[in-house]
Amino acid sequence: MSEEREKPEMETQTQTSSLAGIASGHQPSEKALGVGLEARGIHAWFGQKHVLKDVSLDFWAGTVTALIGPSGCGKSTFIRTLNRMHEFIPTAAMAGQVLLDGHDIYDPGVDVTKIRLKVGMVFQKPNPFPSMTIAENVLAGLKLANLKVENKDDLLQECLERAGLWNEVKDRLNTYGGALSGGQQQRLCIARSLAVRPQVLLMDEPCSALDPGSTLKVEETISHLSSSMTIIIVTHNMQQAARVSDYTAFFLSDGGPGEMIEVGNTNEIFSRPRDQRTENYVTGRFG
Amino acid sequence: MTTTVSTPSSIIPEPRRPWLATPRQRAEVFAVIFIAAIIDISLVAITPLKGKLAYLGLFLIIYPALDYLVVRAQRGKSAGSDALFRALVNFSMAIALLPIVSILWTVWSRGHKGLHWNLFTQDMHSASVTDPVLTHGGLIHAVIGSILIVVAALVVAVPLGLLTAIYLTEIQGKFTRPIKFLVQSMSGVPSIVAGLFILAAIVYPVTKTFNGFEGSLALAILMIPTIARTAEEVLLLIPHDLRETGLALGGTQWRTVQKIILPAARSGLVTAMILGVARVAGETAPIVLLTGGGDTTNWNLFNGPMGTLPFYIWKGFGAGTDESFQRAWTGILVLLVVVLVLFALARFLGGRRNSK
Repeated sequence: MSEEREKPEMETQTQTSSLAGIASGHQPSEKALGVGLEARGIHAWFGQKHVLKDVSLDFWAGTVTALIGPSGCGKSTFIRTLNRMHEFIPTAAMAGQVLLDGHDIYDPGVDVTKIRLKVGMVFQKPNPFPSMTIAENVLAGLKLANLKVENKDDLLQECLERAGLWNEVKDRLNTYGGALSGGQQQRLCIARSLAVRPQVLLMDEPCSALDPGSTLKVEETISHLSSSMTIIIVTHNMQQAARVSDYTAFFLSDGGPGEMIEVGNTNEIFSRPRDQRTENYVTGRFG
Repeated sequence: MTTTVSTPSSIIPEPRRPWLATPRQRAEVFAVIFIAAIIDISLVAITPLKGKLAYLGLFLIIYPALDYLVVRAQRGKSAGSDALFRALVNFSMAIALLPIVSILWTVWSRGHKGLHWNLFTQDMHSASVTDPVLTHGGLIHAVIGSILIVVAALVVAVPLGLLTAIYLTEIQGKFTRPIKFLVQSMSGVPSIVAGLFILAAIVYPVTKTFNGFEGSLALAILMIPTIARTAEEVLLLIPHDLRETGLALGGTQWRTVQKIILPAARSGLVTAMILGVARVAGETAPIVLLTGGGDTTNWNLFNGPMGTLPFYIWKGFGAGTDESFQRAWTGILVLLVVVLVLFALARFLGGRRNSK
């Protein structure tokens, strides 16, 4: 308790049930970009089916959090609640709060398009827009959101560099993205999400369609990006979670709704998990 | 340092849909519509514009403009354009719906006066055009004839149309391109031409008499291109992987098509059939030309004249008495309902397995 009084700024954080940072004694870094993203008591339903139960999880700015767990445990549903993509499914419903910079993104009157500008998303399958060149793809978000920038070329180069793709495509920016390899396409998609300068980047199994070499490149990109933004990545690949993330959350469904079993520092989750089920999963005994 | 659980996990909160409009937002929408209507009415009052069309036309301009300004003031320029676009799309939908609703309304308001049980128990063989509608005669013969003729047309056209589509998508032989071209141009053939073709090819040289099945054949000619083209589109949407998987399991091409491709395309193929029926259900010209149009109930497609709903309607308007007009309008109403029921049935049968 005395510790808590010495750090009054932490108090708001401790109200939630599971804090990635607190579990590991981590504190937000000096260069933290905002408070990050806080999910509080998130439940999700599809029709009558309860698919996600009471997940509370904080994501510090400037960290990478991996969500692991077997298929159907609600990981993807969970990250889709974080940028309000969940509501595109007609029967979807939810409960709980998602706080971005302390404001609930589900408040009535919140402009949902602005939320998605701040919380970007990279999908499972690389999906560059087929009618656009590489350069147009990267800058597509600006066009869609009607944003103006001073110098498009600088932004283009910056985004492609941050996504680790610049050297490979700088001579063919005006060719179509479909000609790139799968891994290059996925990094192009990452560059595309960076152009609107999101605070948070959600990645839903970004490497599951890629070969190991491309996967490695995307992982390098994630490591570079993590210094300047919050990254949340869903992955089925436990080595990948161990390689790229600072924190890991383990989700599991026992036939009912998915729940978060355990969260903590990635090293601890993989070396000394507190829950037997987590240990079974990370050691490959099931799932 | 303590971490407290904000809600005990045993308590499940109510599912919410925070993305739906709040009552306040909905009230705002109605307020905008209301203000737009007031501006609309006052504008019509102070300008020389007159009539329903003026109200409607002005509202179509005022409401999107006002909506744009309100949303823009609240949430910025791009949200404003989004609202404007949505308003325009909604209005286009409403304008496109207007004639349909108007037709349905006209048919109902004129046709329902002639509805009576007689319609479905009696035919017209003993009723004359001046007999009162509610007590004399009915159109059971026309309903039976229409259903028999359309079903017979389906029986002829579905296998031919489907096999054509399978040839175009699965077999892809030498004649794919010319056949595709022929099928496309055939879908524009006027129905009277199909009727004349059957008249010249079958009625005059062979049967020398009118019957229902000749009408079915003419309708089948009109249906085949519609079914073949729609089925082709549907089959093209089936992922190529499925074909390869079927062949890789050692299946023959026909078994693969039969057991994998067609079931996968099932609901789309039902749509193709529905579109085919929609193309012909109300066709009048070939029916008038070929079926003989009897007033007596006839269950035999191959013998004797056969009444149908389009023929019944055509005859009613031709006879020129008040009673026959009433019969014709009621006939239109019944035709619409019969077609609707057939569609609903086809959807239900086609969608049943896929929806599981």
